[in-house]
Amino acid sequence: MKYVDEYRDSTLAKPLVDELQRAVTKPLRVMEVCGSHTMAIFRNGLRTILPEGMELVSGPGCPVCVTSASHMDAFIAMADQPGVRVTIFGDLFRVPGTHTSLAIASSRGAKVDIVYSPMDALDLAEKNPGELVIFLGVGFETTTPGIAATILAAKNRNISNFVVFSTQKLMPPPMIALLSDPALKIDGLLCPGHVSSIIGAGAWEPLAKDYNLACVVGGFETADLLKSLILLAKQVGSEEIKVENVYPRAVAWEGNARACKMVDEIFKPTDMDWRGLGNIPLSGLKIRSKYSSFDAEQRLDIDLPKAEEPKGCMCGEILKGLSTPNECPLFDTRCTPANPIGPCMVSSEGTCAAYHKYGRDL
Amino acid sequence: MCLAIPMRVTKVQGDPDDFLSNQIATVDADGISKEIRLDIIDHWPAVGDYVIIHAGFAIHSLIEEEALKNISLLRELAENTPEELLS
Repeated sequence: MKYVDEYRDSTLAKPLVDELQRAVTKPLRVMEVCGSHTMAIFRNGLRTILPEGMELVSGPGCPVCVTSASHMDAFIAMADQPGVRVTIFGDLFRVPGTHTSLAIASSRGAKVDIVYSPMDALDLAEKNPGELVIFLGVGFETTTPGIAATILAAKNRNISNFVVFSTQKLMPPPMIALLSDPALKIDGLLCPGHVSSIIGAGAWEPLAKDYNLACVVGGFETADLLKSLILLAKQVGSEEIKVENVYPRAVAWEGNARACKMVDEIFKPTDMDWRGLGNIPLSGLKIRSKYSSFDAEQRLDIDLPKAEEPKGCMCGEILKGLSTPNECPLFDTRCTPANPIGPCMVSSEGTCAAYHKYGRDL
Repeated sequence: MCLAIPMRVTKVQGDPDDFLSNQIATVDADGISKEIRLDIIDHWPAVGDYVIIHAGFAIHSLIEEEALKNISLLRELAENTPEELLS
């Protein structure tokens, strides 16, 4: 595949691995915040070649993993209502709430459809005028513009039985919350590639300037990842902290203005609950009152019940980069991909799922 | 979740300035052809361009010059690694 294969080329990777060995001149901890990065790093075996002194920790960048149990319970309660069809991205299907999951609700007869795009959910609404079709917005900046465009399309196509329940989240606020926690010591951030396609590499500048955090926006192929780690090590070594973009084929410094405008038209920032991180001010997005007829929270009586986290599950600590899955008593014992207890084991991009798939010793 | 892949544009429909027009492109990669939305793309693509696709939407039009510069910088970095370090 063009623009993919050339970045996986082993003749390119080998010298970059050597360069990385030389680039690390002092100990550093790097957080990779995006779930797709976590998986790409494991898949490429990069954890096995990390130089002495370089440590990688995973952050809160898997949207399913950071969805609060309370939101999960509300999703399931909505799916159980008559005349409702719930549409989701596949990752969410098996995530446990307090007592059950959408998968179990579906097996009991609730209408739960997995869609590839929010536009597919809108088409389902058009085909099923007798139902209220709810799209569960669980995602970050990459996903939000498409949902905004879908709401606008629903308005333009006069489809009134389509609503969105937004738990859409923003990536910079939890990073700032994490950096304010003295327990977490990180020197560098591998900034999420496709979130940055929307908000721009420049959006990470406050983290570099105000928190002295080395920031590199990186892609997802072998050479992209290696180059990102090299630059992070060099920044930390030289103490010249800034934002660098090694994924210019997908990310512009100023981001995607058209997408941001679309998001701003439909959504406004709001306080949001994160699993493991608690409530973070202005870290989520809600639908503006102008579009309230497409807002599930306005159309349905939704109760956000107080939810309990599963006992013993350490997803919260893992999402903050404070613990690794190996330290969780449930990991690979009671909690496995076949029978997950915490969300980090369910999502294909969850840290626990990655450790389970690619080796618990890494 | 934020996975996105580059695909080549084979057909463009709709008007970039009119959100009410059906802003759709047909794209392909490795023999797979698909219709995707152009509502939120940063720059309107032409046939032959590559766009980055996420959840049915093109989120970025890839600038070939940037991609070529990107890979050539990586090659340069790789080629400048001294021979003795390549074991």
